[in-house]
Amino acid sequence: MEKFETLTGLVLPLDRANVDTDAIIAKQYLKSIKRTGFGPNLFDDWRYLDPGEPGMDHSQRRINPDFILNQPRYRGAQILLTRDNFGCGSSREHAPWALLDYGIRAVIAPSYADIFYNNSFKNGLLPIVLEREAVERLFRETEATPGYRLTVDLASQKVTTPSGMEFKFEIDAFRKHCLVNGLDDIGLTMQHVDEIKAYEGRRRKQAPWLFSE
Amino acid sequence: MAGKTLYDKLWDAHVVRHNDDGTCLLYIDRHLVHEVTSPQAFEGLRLAGRKLWRVDANLATTDHNVPTTDRSHGIVDPVSRLQVETLDQNCHDYGITEFSMSDARQGIVHVIGPEQGATLPGMTVVCGDSHTSTHGAFGALAFGIGTSEVEHVLATQCLILKKAKNMRVRVEGKIPPGITAKDIVLAIIGEIGTAGGTGHAVEFAGSTIRQLSVEGRMTVCNMAIEAGARAGMIAVDDKTIKYFHGRPYAPAGELWEQAVAAWQDLRSDPEAKFDKEVTLNAADIKPQVTWGTSPEMVVPVDGVVPDPDREFDSIKREGMQRALKYMDLKPGTPMRDIMLDKIFIGSCTNSRIEDLRAAATVVKGKKIAKNIRLAMVVPGSGLVKVQAEKEGLDKIFLEAGFEWRAPGCSMCLAMNADRLEFGERCASTSNRNFEGRQGAGGRSHLVSPAMAAAAAIAGHFVDVRELH
Ligand code: SF4
Repeated sequence: MEKFETLTGLVLPLDRANVDTDAIIAKQYLKSIKRTGFGPNLFDDWRYLDPGEPGMDHSQRRINPDFILNQPRYRGAQILLTRDNFGCGSSREHAPWALLDYGIRAVIAPSYADIFYNNSFKNGLLPIVLEREAVERLFRETEATPGYRLTVDLASQKVTTPSGMEFKFEIDAFRKHCLVNGLDDIGLTMQHVDEIKAYEGRRRKQAPWLFSE
Repeated sequence: MAGKTLYDKLWDAHVVRHNDDGTCLLYIDRHLVHEVTSPQAFEGLRLAGRKLWRVDANLATTDHNVPTTDRSHGIVDPVSRLQVETLDQNCHDYGITEFSMSDARQGIVHVIGPEQGATLPGMTVVCGDSHTSTHGAFGALAFGIGTSEVEHVLATQCLILKKAKNMRVRVEGKIPPGITAKDIVLAIIGEIGTAGGTGHAVEFAGSTIRQLSVEGRMTVCNMAIEAGARAGMIAVDDKTIKYFHGRPYAPAGELWEQAVAAWQDLRSDPEAKFDKEVTLNAADIKPQVTWGTSPEMVVPVDGVVPDPDREFDSIKREGMQRALKYMDLKPGTPMRDIMLDKIFIGSCTNSRIEDLRAAATVVKGKKIAKNIRLAMVVPGSGLVKVQAEKEGLDKIFLEAGFEWRAPGCSMCLAMNADRLEFGERCASTSNRNFEGRQGAGGRSHLVSPAMAAAAAIAGHFVDVRELH
């Protein structure tokens, strides 16, 4: 997993609440058995005018010029700014994979759906929660200012605007630690193998019907 | 000492260790696996040279991609086929029991778990699928996980988690005629919204929930995720225990007695405190129909499509306007005037035997309306299908003009060939009406099986209560 320390990046404003994971990455792309290659299909239904299928040459498809992501001024965006309950719906980890593959490294929203929030950290995508008013302000500034960039500093838990305004955000200490160091959860859990075995031994006695071997 | 909630009890019983930062390492008793969210997890395991922690805790099936028509020639779509074959191969390599496409027990992962007794009261149950909340209906702690977590469970039988808050949704009173578990859960979501349960584990309680059959309870817990809650659960009672007796993976003999004794405690203590409580009256619940592109956009069947101009919250208003445009509906239209193109009875929400019986009762001796291009019934599992055929339900559906299919997720998410065409409108017993969910440009209205069946006959929505 790639480490996350600081990031200064172009902001893509997606002004919708309840963006679901079906919209982030449509089901036909879930047939892949890989973790990469989802970028061209991020927000597929909104982004293209023609229906997409896996294996197509997506560069040849008809672009929806009205969709924000297709506007030249947002090309190369690394920070997605959006509204409440982002990532609701299915548990597909393909959603953070698609965002990352497209180039997004951080999302800013007032709230997230639980599973998406969790999945993001496991892939080095930082979901930042800011107050609704702060998000509103960032929307206004982004739309008013071509080339609008924000700086995210994970160590000090701050988002800084071009004019120097700062917004603090909260993040769980453990998740921060993993992101900053690019740590893999499994490796961490493996440090507690003895405790897992001890628990399993107790459980086997208390609830033997749960074990068939 | 304050009492414990059901969630507290389930959580506490599975804590392997408390980490310094407030997270816990939680032990997982049952891991259900399907083809879509597992390939990258197995690949990760292989790349890191890690072994499976506990083979017998895993059970796999293939459901999302499988065709629901003739399967004798396998899967036509090469991308789907590769994914299904990858699961077969992974299960073979790691020794995991799999109900593959040709197995009589194959079906939707959330239907087969309880059907086999592979999910049991008191367990922690996970699966790389958000509707894992379904299994909470049996007093289990069940929730969906992402692919990284699938890999984590395969390798360690544990997950690193932070405990959620406790929420209780109580529904009280006698269930009115014509009202089903689906209407109850849609009404709950209409009340609390799709983010109403975010950050919480929700216990569904009250006299109405107790009256529901275990299958109805599964329908309610299934859609906890549509209310924003990762886990939904219901206390164990005699119905729960009776349900598991004699199931293939359930304990037998002396172990059964021991298990039943342990399950008695799987309910919230009377003095337990919840962080959030909501109460609904069953008497107020009518048959529900969604009108928009989020499950919270729901109204009673005798209602009308709502008017965004009457919504004060600007973000909500915009959401409503966008939904109306996508759904091609006008404010004020009576729900009963909405004409339909397709009918889908199936999905992990409503594809169990009771659901099929309820739908069959409505269609018996009738024919689907002329404007319905396709009406399909997709049983949740091979065993549900066999049972339904034993009862002659397949004949009732076929005579009415429905298609009778093989088990799988099918048009719930349209990963196989079953889908809505652009602009088509469907009455669906599934759980999500998101844009494009059932096919690009398709328009979904979520309803109960009886309501879907009635809509198939009429060609538009009707109030099932008037058919009685
Ligand atoms: S039936 Fe639908 S909701 Fe249920 S597991 Fe399958 S795709 Fe998911």
